[in-house]
Amino acid sequence: MASTFTRMLSSRNTAALVATLGAGTLASGYLLSESGISAADKKKLYPPSADYPDLRKHNNCMASALTPAIYSHLRDKETPNNWTLDQCIQTGVDNPGHPFIKTVGMVAGDEESYEVFADIFNPVIKDRHNGYDPKIMKHPTDLDSSKITSGVFDDKYVLSSRVRTGRSIRGLMLPPACTRAERREVERVAVQALAGLKGDLSGRYYSLTDMTEKEQQQLIDQHFLFDKPVSPLLTASGMARDWPDARGIWHNNEKTFLIWINEEDHTRVISMEKGGNMKRVFDRFCRGLKEVERLIHERGWEFMWNEHLGYILTCPSNLGTGLRAGVHVRLPLLSKDPRFSKILDNLRLQKRGTGGVDTAAVGDVFDISNLDRLGMSEVELVQIVIDGVHYLIDCEKKLEKGQDIKVPAPIAQFRK
Amino acid sequence: CVMGNDWMALSPCSKRNGFEYPDLSQHNNHMAKVLTPEMYANLRDKETSSGFGVDDVIQTGVDNPGHPFIMTVGCVAGDEETYEVFKDLLDPIIEDRHGGYKPTDKHKTDLNPENLQGGDDLDPNYVLSSRVRTGRSIRGFCLPPHCSRGERRAIENLAVEGLSSLEGEFKGKYYALKNMTEEEQQQLIDDHFLFDKPVSPLLLASGMARDWPDARGIWHNDDKTFLVWVNEEDHLRVISMQKGGNMREVFTRFCTGLTKIESLFKEKGHEFMWNEHLGYVLTCPSNLGTGLRGGVHVKLPNLSKHQSFGEILKKLRLQKRGTGGVDTAAVGGTFDISNADRLGFSEVELVQMVVDGVKLLVEMEKRLEAGQSIDDLMPEQK
Repeated sequence: MASTFTRMLSSRNTAALVATLGAGTLASGYLLSESGISAADKKKLYPPSADYPDLRKHNNCMASALTPAIYSHLRDKETPNNWTLDQCIQTGVDNPGHPFIKTVGMVAGDEESYEVFADIFNPVIKDRHNGYDPKIMKHPTDLDSSKITSGVFDDKYVLSSRVRTGRSIRGLMLPPACTRAERREVERVAVQALAGLKGDLSGRYYSLTDMTEKEQQQLIDQHFLFDKPVSPLLTASGMARDWPDARGIWHNNEKTFLIWINEEDHTRVISMEKGGNMKRVFDRFCRGLKEVERLIHERGWEFMWNEHLGYILTCPSNLGTGLRAGVHVRLPLLSKDPRFSKILDNLRLQKRGTGGVDTAAVGDVFDISNLDRLGMSEVELVQIVIDGVHYLIDCEKKLEKGQDIKVPAPIAQFRK
Repeated sequence: CVMGNDWMALSPCSKRNGFEYPDLSQHNNHMAKVLTPEMYANLRDKETSSGFGVDDVIQTGVDNPGHPFIMTVGCVAGDEETYEVFKDLLDPIIEDRHGGYKPTDKHKTDLNPENLQGGDDLDPNYVLSSRVRTGRSIRGFCLPPHCSRGERRAIENLAVEGLSSLEGEFKGKYYALKNMTEEEQQQLIDDHFLFDKPVSPLLLASGMARDWPDARGIWHNDDKTFLVWVNEEDHLRVISMQKGGNMREVFTRFCTGLTKIESLFKEKGHEFMWNEHLGYVLTCPSNLGTGLRGGVHVKLPNLSKHQSFGEILKKLRLQKRGTGGVDTAAVGGTFDISNADRLGFSEVELVQMVVDGVKLLVEMEKRLEAGQSIDDLMPEQK
């Protein structure tokens, strides 16, 4: 008797306490189970204002867009897979960001997240993708690589060329949310499809759990192996759970077509080779992607895609094409020119170090790739990279000869 | 709609037993030792009222395979109910971790410092500092791996409200992690009071670091001898400490402070999570019972090199750590020596073991210093 009384007292006082946090009207006569408060009652006991995250020190797209009103409206919603807003934004709450680098700050747990939580995803998408409005705009998909022109660079400057994207398997939850069974299913579906690739695309799967020391070293030497993520941006989203279960790498015998399974997305697809033949890289990319899609269709699966968001991936920054096409290029003189950043900006290009995102350039070799992902097709983005890199090499050659260079006019974003 | 393979039902919550069971083949932790596929299948569809499921319980153990030499627990509780709903998993883990403690055993709580004998005369030439810590959870709230921001903030408010009414030697101040000034932060670091955002993957994988540093903070008395951590690995961690070897004084302050805090909470209609089987309920099963770690920093440069050092500690039911705390190495022959047990012995019993044990260790150290044998001092198994 006494203990029940204490529990009631406890909850009433908790209610009073919560009221002082600015709660508003609380439901009266809530039930307490013998052993604890149910999840449903917790929602009544703690209004959204009690749970609204403290984002005052934050600089990411989620924090810029998530007002108390939006949070209040979305907190109690769930996707059909029971994924919540709090789960989407956890990474952005835990990682305030950097004054200079604006991260996205949220992830999707499933395809439906983008719909159910549209009130927050849409402004975030708009912020990240230069004003792209998913409510009214349509995203073009175009994997016809025959449209590419001038796709071969001077090998003296371009050391390697690469195109990557991601693909998600419809019906299975995304890496932050998937169960072990779903993750293993993604692996099974992908590996089964890849086993059907032929000719120059035929290859082999290396599961992270089964890998021998020798295989592991080989993959590291070839720069193919991906590690367990350590970045708090990624780990806070839950995508590293159960590592290395159902993670692996597939590549063709030539090592020019590579798939990562269950890293940050269900699959990451990469086409790459040494030298400057971006056309061939993109040809293989499109051919491989289409073939993999055909193979999964045969078994009744498809990729997540819709006409507003294009290909659906875990991070909103990768929506649309999910495509990053880039080169490792030597630009010793241009990189020291004060106009370098402006030139890149206007060409809608981005520079990174040769270790990938968040690394510094080594020895004047830069990773140059497209800034945009959404609102323009694959063909358009790769052409932008090709035209841009030609321009950069041209500048480098001019500077070599002591001639002056010009900052190009900014190119248009989105198709007209 | 997808016409997938029909053996894979595509309803949103469909999970298939055989395909959900974690791969624990590389693992060495208590959870991995105990969790069979059959047990997992039985527990998979259960959850506590607040929605904590078996995958939540075990995630940290799945993500952290452990070490061949160090056996971690590999699971956490998300609320008080976890220990009931998942008893099939947690009871054997508790038994293994706590020296054979059975599901039917009763745990004794004794926070009366008068029951401690001696403990005020550990040689300060050897014993540099003395400390007792425990944890407390507030009944009705979810634990750190699972609590919402609203709950965590409510816990902080309750703690701060209660602590602010303490008086005398317990009068003190609260420092919220997110409001701390540079100066306050440096002071707390210099006092060795500040706790950092956890970096250990064991802790991160459990979800207890979410929303850091929201609703986290440190309270300490003006004398800096009584300290409370709010919302770190547990709702509250309570610490009494001081330089020198007067463990009796440390323990007395510990008990007095804890008792005062408990009654302050009761006045406001809250109690600590406790039951007569598990004692005080905390996030990690390793801290059940007393949740108490009482220890000293003690100089044992000679004894620590003795071949029987490990065996002596084992017989005394003591454990050694480096002076940086768990998972650190000893520096300059100075060790952190504390009780190995938490559950099945009362607070007084555990601190008695530390006091008696450390007294003996210091005596042994003095003998070895003088070049004498310690054979006649070898203890029996406690």
